[in-house]
Amino acid sequence: MGLLYGLIAVGLALIFGLMDVVNFAHGEFLMIAMYVSFFLFTFFAIAPLLSAPLVAAALFVLGAVVYLLIVRFAMRAKANAGMVQIFSTFGLAIVMRGLAQFFFTPDYRSIPQSWFGGKTISVAGIFLPEPQLIGALVSILAFAGLYFFIHRTDFGRALEATREDPGAVALVGIDKNRVFALGWGLGAALVGLAGAIMASFFYIYPDVGASFALIAYVTVALGGFGSVFGAFAGGIIVGLVEATTALVLPPSLKSVGIYAVYLLVVFIRPRGLFGSM
Amino acid sequence: MDKNFTARRRRDLIIAAVLAALAALAPLFVRDVYVQNILILTLMYAALSQSWNILSGYCGQISLGHALYFGIGAYTTELLFTKFGVLPWFGMVGGGVIAALIAMGLGYPFFRLRGHYFVIATIVIAEIGLLLFQNWEWAGAAMGITIPVRGDSWLKFQFMRSKLPYFYFALGLCSLAWFVTWWLEDSKWGFWWRAVKDNPEAAESLGVVVFNSKMGAAAVSAFLVAIGGAFYAQFLAYIDPESVMGFQFSLLMALPAVLGGIGTLWGPVLGAAILIPMTELTRSYIGGSGRGVDLIVYGTLIVLISLALPQGLVSLFSRTKSKGATR
Repeated sequence: MGLLYGLIAVGLALIFGLMDVVNFAHGEFLMIAMYVSFFLFTFFAIAPLLSAPLVAAALFVLGAVVYLLIVRFAMRAKANAGMVQIFSTFGLAIVMRGLAQFFFTPDYRSIPQSWFGGKTISVAGIFLPEPQLIGALVSILAFAGLYFFIHRTDFGRALEATREDPGAVALVGIDKNRVFALGWGLGAALVGLAGAIMASFFYIYPDVGASFALIAYVTVALGGFGSVFGAFAGGIIVGLVEATTALVLPPSLKSVGIYAVYLLVVFIRPRGLFGSM
Repeated sequence: MDKNFTARRRRDLIIAAVLAALAALAPLFVRDVYVQNILILTLMYAALSQSWNILSGYCGQISLGHALYFGIGAYTTELLFTKFGVLPWFGMVGGGVIAALIAMGLGYPFFRLRGHYFVIATIVIAEIGLLLFQNWEWAGAAMGITIPVRGDSWLKFQFMRSKLPYFYFALGLCSLAWFVTWWLEDSKWGFWWRAVKDNPEAAESLGVVVFNSKMGAAAVSAFLVAIGGAFYAQFLAYIDPESVMGFQFSLLMALPAVLGGIGTLWGPVLGAAILIPMTELTRSYIGGSGRGVDLIVYGTLIVLISLALPQGLVSLFSRTKSKGATR
């Protein structure tokens, strides 16, 4: 579970942490991804884990479009830039939930016994459900890929440079909108991956995103803004804390542990664990 | 203090008095219970948003966890009333004091945090409060509390037959929140807050006690919001954790101020006057289908307004005003 939180969070870490843009519609991206995965399964019988690349591609387009249509303008605001970003993306989240209700109805849906769902694998005496295990592997790969991408490629450097100083970046011939649109696309694609994996073992309904979005914010902040590795570590910590809390407290209180750990960490280290900002 | 500023403040006070007087007459013309309901909610959100604005607008500490104080106000009042028979009026003030104390207790560690870390911490603390109340059996857990009917009286602040007393209380609360803001704007605190918002380091070096300023703003803000919570509980006669402490509430408190103009005297009132009727009307006229069309319309409007007027609706007025001033 921790690795999945990490995967949801890493997309957010890219948008929120590396580009310093608040995205309150992140949970809704996840919701859309789960629906895309669901429909690919229902109409074309493509198993969720196989459809993951398709879902990621669809979300890439969505992320880039959202940036070009809304966020680009929100970032131009000279006054209260933060609030404008919060509320324009929050408005977007409401629209997306409304659209989901309109087209998909508020019913709970689930993908019936996926291709390899239900099976478990025994690793050193511990039984793990297969989709979760594959999800964990995909998460690790995605993290490694993103880490490499940000720190080793020109695009990653351009992204960081653009956040630092958009004006100077323009002087050396980098198109800010292009870089950020790609960044948003990439962030959304990662959520798409997470959504495709989760679709195989979670109920899918229009409000599903909300419950994961807050945990994603906490994960990113816990790890520290501006750090991909931080989001990864944050995800694992969140997963472990959740599991431990569930042992001590009633299951309905399991998130309290996550929140308490976040508060504890930022009180001691106000930049999060690995944050640079 | 320059003359323009004093004159503007006096004018603001007069406008507010006239508006309040006009609003007080409104029930003479509005007999429809549905419309009265919308008016009450509008006034309540204006009051809440005005209170939120003190901490987040003037002092610049963006809180998205004010639902916590709202819920504390509501729960203190109702627990005291249903379990110990304490009159809601005492519960209301008690809830306000408890909320202010909690705000200061939380402020002690929280105000060291900056930016996103602070905002997320406020969301998280409200969420912890929500989860605790949902699991607190004695306080009704997720089922909430139904307030027993004891007949209409001002003493018990309960009215079944008419909504008018609620209307006048909401108007009073809104006026109070506005007046407190107006008064603070010109006080030492008001100037300190704006200095803290603009540049905390510079303010500190000029002798502003940054930490105490934030604490003061948090306490006033939480106190007023908790009173609003107590009112809402009496008004609905039923509370449950999700409906008084949910995250949506924190956003609904912030939204009018942001749309109207954050950190301005008139922003929250203006924002609430437009936003709340809009919310209610879209919900009841196109939300009936249950297919989310109201959400689509509502969300689109929020996106458009926040993109088109980043400084809020108040900026429309000040633009024409500043033109007049330069002439």
